[in-house]
Amino acid sequence: MRHLLSAGDLSLAEVTGILDLAEEMAQVQARPVKKLPALRGRTIVNLFFEDSTRTRSSFELAGKWLSADVINVSAKGSSVSKGESLRDTVLTVAAMGVDALVIRHHASGAPGQAARWVDAHVLNAGDGTHEHPTQALLDAFTLRRHFRRTEPDRDTFAGKTIVLAGDITHSRVARSNVLLLRTLGAEVVLVAPPTLMPAGVGSWPVATSTDLDEVLPEADAVMMLRVQRERMSGGYFPTPREYTVGYGLTRARLGALRPGVAICHPGPMNRGLEISADAADAANSLILDQVAAGVAVRMSVLYQLLGGEDATPTSSRGDA
Amino acid sequence: MPADQSLPAVPAEVLVVGADLAGAGRADLLIRDGRFADPATAGAGAERIDADGLVALPGLVDLHTHLREPGREDAETVATGTAAAARGGFTAVLAMANTTPVTDTAEAAEHLAGVGLREGHAQVVPVGAVSKELAGEQLAELGLMARSSAAVRVFSDDGHCVADARLMRRALEYVRALDGVVAQHAQDPRLAGQDACCHEGELSGRLGLPGWPAVAESTIVARDVQLAELTRSRLHVCHVSTAETVDVLRWAKARGITVTAEVAPHHLLLTTDEVAGYDPTFKVNPPLRPQEHVTALRDALADGTLDAVATDHAPHARHDKEHAFGEAAFGMLGLETALAVVLETMVVPGRLGWPEVAARTSVTPAHIARLRGQGRPLTVGEPANLTLLDPAARGVVDRDRSASLSRNNPWHGRELPDPVVATFWAGRATFRRG
Repeated sequence: MRHLLSAGDLSLAEVTGILDLAEEMAQVQARPVKKLPALRGRTIVNLFFEDSTRTRSSFELAGKWLSADVINVSAKGSSVSKGESLRDTVLTVAAMGVDALVIRHHASGAPGQAARWVDAHVLNAGDGTHEHPTQALLDAFTLRRHFRRTEPDRDTFAGKTIVLAGDITHSRVARSNVLLLRTLGAEVVLVAPPTLMPAGVGSWPVATSTDLDEVLPEADAVMMLRVQRERMSGGYFPTPREYTVGYGLTRARLGALRPGVAICHPGPMNRGLEISADAADAANSLILDQVAAGVAVRMSVLYQLLGGEDATPTSSRGDA
Repeated sequence: MPADQSLPAVPAEVLVVGADLAGAGRADLLIRDGRFADPATAGAGAERIDADGLVALPGLVDLHTHLREPGREDAETVATGTAAAARGGFTAVLAMANTTPVTDTAEAAEHLAGVGLREGHAQVVPVGAVSKELAGEQLAELGLMARSSAAVRVFSDDGHCVADARLMRRALEYVRALDGVVAQHAQDPRLAGQDACCHEGELSGRLGLPGWPAVAESTIVARDVQLAELTRSRLHVCHVSTAETVDVLRWAKARGITVTAEVAPHHLLLTTDEVAGYDPTFKVNPPLRPQEHVTALRDALADGTLDAVATDHAPHARHDKEHAFGEAAFGMLGLETALAVVLETMVVPGRLGWPEVAARTSVTPAHIARLRGQGRPLTVGEPANLTLLDPAARGVVDRDRSASLSRNNPWHGRELPDPVVATFWAGRATFRRG
């Protein structure tokens, strides 16, 4: 694996490999001394064009527990307004002798562009409304553990129905999850008001619905997506109240779920909007497990990208 | 005042021997003192160009060029942009108003026309802004620009839509007295805002790019053709990109509304699929569309619903393109490759003959812009604006072999016709293939 730009780039074998290795990494996390020497001498830069305390610290811990040297570079604020191009910023950072760039950007596609400009491995830590592959991997990790509680030998999600509900249009989590869950064999149902369903979703390998109540009884897991209140000004929905009534995982809707159905949310939650406190704090809520899985899964991904390579720092180069 | 009268006379005679005159059969052309003269009177010292197998077209006229001067001379200048135009076979370019400062006064228009006369390799015709500062609020001094020595006839806020219906109505009404035309950049800013950068459809949904729906163009055109009918004025639609707009234009033309429309070469060949890799070279406004729109545009260019090919040549400094896709500048180069794309998409498949190519690329655009010395027949006494082309020549486009200062060339690496052999502007050779 050279880069991780899209969850769709991963084969089932690669996904399984990442999740299996993440299980081993999770064992290490349980030890009093968490550090492994695997990436000693390797340098990882978290290049964040958009704030994200959670994702950044998760990547930072993952790198450090693998003994890599990790630095965080905040490039927040539009590079356009600063007069520096994305290419300049990326090449400048890469020129320091970096082995991996973990890039988060507010614009879709930026990590993929960066990957064409540098020799370093590029890891997409969330790009605009496009993808967030490590989030999908940690969701899959969390769900696999959940399913294995009752089915210890389960490797794929064949026969499972996963419902994703919320602002699909603007969700990079949804895009990565659709790709990864399909690779794992799950049936995916997207639920949103038509205004928050992406253009062309009819060609995606998923079912869609505008009726959450209709699909909840079929679900083996429900993933609620964050809905930003500012979407109201874009006319996507009239009021938070109306959204909650139509598409929120309310206390009443909890009763429609089959027993033990997993409840997930990538965070940060709008409690009371897309998810009720009753749902978020329910016994079958995996929301904190998702967060906990983040470091192990990112350790696994970093190891897959960087482990086993000759530890000679690579240099940057421009394109022709 | 036809621009060719302002040029220094070219003493040497050039005799073009045996060119096919825009499909009308083979004949000789004698260029003398900036005009076509009787070939039988050619002097013994005349330079002879063997045009066996070549086609002669009236010099191409581009209704839609961004020269970037004044303001962004790092991306393009009048000199470099018109050099690119000459390489592409153009003898006149209409320079859009969205420079810094904006061409929204007579003084700005006269300045630009003057730079064109001093430094241009083609006639530079200023387009005047419709609204002051392109702000879409208040009419620019349309009459003063029209009465200036630049004789502005085409008015456009290109880059921005004249979105306000009342302002658009007033602009159309007002330019009627000037024999002017309002060239509209049709983009409803409420349906396709500043961030819209990918045709709204399967790809925009998958890539997570803000969508630019086809109806954001066609609904404005539907409004504007009715305003043109109401005001009995001339409307021109810039860079038509959708099948829906073509339908609206057909309806309007059948009704007798005085509307003309242009299509950009890139919309005749490139599709939305080019954007899949987030390469900002392919970021353009309006965006590349799926194949069904491309097909509809070719049909409309063939049947005349689309009157003209116009490049929307939009040079950008490299650092303005090397941003994330959503943040990079809109636009692509087009002057040097326009005729190649017309050949590839329309002539090679037999959709247009040479007389129609001359009409779409020279005669009609000159008429829309009221350029008296351009788009004229290749006959004795007419200004010698001439493009000689070899329809059989092909080549691989190399962005580094360009007269433009910019390199945002979407055709780089693509095998296309490479037709232009020579360009004469008012009798002066502005490009000769080396």
